[in-house]
Amino acid sequence: MSELPLSATSDAALQAAPATKARGYWATVGRRILRDKVSMACALVLLLIFVSAILAPWLGLEDPYKGSMIRRLRHIATPGYPLGTDELGRDMLARLIYGGRLSLVVGILPVILAFGIGTSLGLVAGYVGGKLNTAIMRTVDVFYAFPSVLLAIAISGALGAGILNSIVALTIVFVPQITRVAESVTTGVRNRDFVEAARASGAGPFTIMRVHILGNVLGAIFVYATSLISVSMILAAGLSFLGLGTKPPEPEWGLMLNTLRTAIYVNPWVAALPGAMIFAVSICFNLLSDGLRSAMDIRN
Amino acid sequence: MLAYIARRIVYVIPIVISVALVCFLLVHITPGDPLVAILPADASQELAAQLRAAYGFDRPLPVQFGLWLLRALHGDLGNSIATGRPVLAEVVRAVGNTVTLAIAAAIIGFTMGIMLGLIAGYFRETWIDKLATSFAIAGVSVPHYWLGMLLVIIFSVELNWLPAVGAGPGGSGAWAWDWAHLKYLVLPAITTSVIPMGIITRTVRALTGDILSQDFVEALRAKGLRETGVFRHVIKNAAPTALAVMGLQLGYMLGGSILIETVFSWPGSGFLLNSAIFQRDLPLLQGTILVLALFFVFLNLLVDIAQAAIDPRIKRG
Repeated sequence: MSELPLSATSDAALQAAPATKARGYWATVGRRILRDKVSMACALVLLLIFVSAILAPWLGLEDPYKGSMIRRLRHIATPGYPLGTDELGRDMLARLIYGGRLSLVVGILPVILAFGIGTSLGLVAGYVGGKLNTAIMRTVDVFYAFPSVLLAIAISGALGAGILNSIVALTIVFVPQITRVAESVTTGVRNRDFVEAARASGAGPFTIMRVHILGNVLGAIFVYATSLISVSMILAAGLSFLGLGTKPPEPEWGLMLNTLRTAIYVNPWVAALPGAMIFAVSICFNLLSDGLRSAMDIRN
Repeated sequence: MLAYIARRIVYVIPIVISVALVCFLLVHITPGDPLVAILPADASQELAAQLRAAYGFDRPLPVQFGLWLLRALHGDLGNSIATGRPVLAEVVRAVGNTVTLAIAAAIIGFTMGIMLGLIAGYFRETWIDKLATSFAIAGVSVPHYWLGMLLVIIFSVELNWLPAVGAGPGGSGAWAWDWAHLKYLVLPAITTSVIPMGIITRTVRALTGDILSQDFVEALRAKGLRETGVFRHVIKNAAPTALAVMGLQLGYMLGGSILIETVFSWPGSGFLLNSAIFQRDLPLLQGTILVLALFFVFLNLLVDIAQAAIDPRIKRG
């Protein structure tokens, strides 16, 4: 009689325990980050940039593609053109806001993709161990032998210019980095008692990885991934800056910086504007990632 | 110690071969014919086949890789498709300029980073710390190619103090350590130095804070050691890790200078890589990446060995 109910309760306890604990933990983290002024300010700036990029067509802006030979390179604060015009006479404010659409997607998507792929690879390598671990981690080591800027440029240089190729190249750059972090945190957790208990209670490897390990390692991997967004934004715009990303006349911050480079003797401060957008997004993500890291470090 | 060095060197061999394989395969993930850059649009089938045989592109991939690796070991990286000159000579000349830039940037970035990091770590949680930390975060977050443009705008366009592009008067001739050449180095070197400056500030700050909160520091102070003496202990304990980070950063500067070199038309390896990509000069692309990656691998090896040599805590058994 005692057999069945006992295993049922212990099973229920195993399922419930991490879930309730996790909710409590994340609620605490949320409260802590909401009280952090720097993080909230950064979140606000990012929200503003994201929302205006999404809502760009409905903001009553000038056409970002329509140029004019007679109003090229107007200065900042020209009536009608608050941020001036570019080398083809297109409104800078409109192009900067529209530019967020491509720039943010190409900057952030690779990190999201690499987060998914890298976490899976690292989890499997860390949990299964043995030959599979060796195979995955030695491959990762090879990619570590290239400085990331060089690797990104080499791959997208070989694949040729284009948005899709940029995303592929940057994803390949970030997968090894996330895999390495995921593998190391998984290895740290896999021999803990609760994993042993789950195994003893008959849970299969997928259940263990999904329910018992992932919940415990995802936070650490996530924080690491958020810290990569800043680098990814800079690299993505950098590829476009070199001519390896978006093609003209698309508004994209890196490409705009490149085409305006010839104008720095005529109207230097307008030429510098797209870089300020990249800088703003990159520094906000960095500070937000720092804030998240310290908010998740409950021990302090 | 010798056994440790030997083990590290043996461990590097498979990495070197894999790196070579990645560089070799780069050419073959390229869409289209690798000869597309030199073949005229109306080239006959015979001419295409003839050239393909001349460059060895008609053989099976593993054979091509073996032959390429064998030649590379003898210092032959093939000829540039665009200029016809040997790739190795072009790369070596360009890498020399990149090394000059990286060393100048390292002197600026490492000195600033160590100083800011020590100060921030020592005065933790004060306004001095906040200032240094903000400086460091700005350094790692700034798109460095944009910073380069800003510096050009301020110091070349507006103030006209320093030249905007090139590596010396009269084009990109031989480099010399005089002011006429050095003033071309100032802006690119400052631009290159901000990322390592930021990263080293953060590393040294964290190390200093950790070491100062350890019990032995309390003991040193209790025995009456003055703060300068305590500081010496902090530096000794922080040195191995800081050194490793600096070595890695030097490697990143050597391999990652392409964007900055493009902004300043600095005739280094990144500039060469850029032209190789846009002229679809695949042997040059392959060779430049191989040389830069090998540089990075060997720099890592040197850092590991140096770290083991100065840090008695690293197990060498």
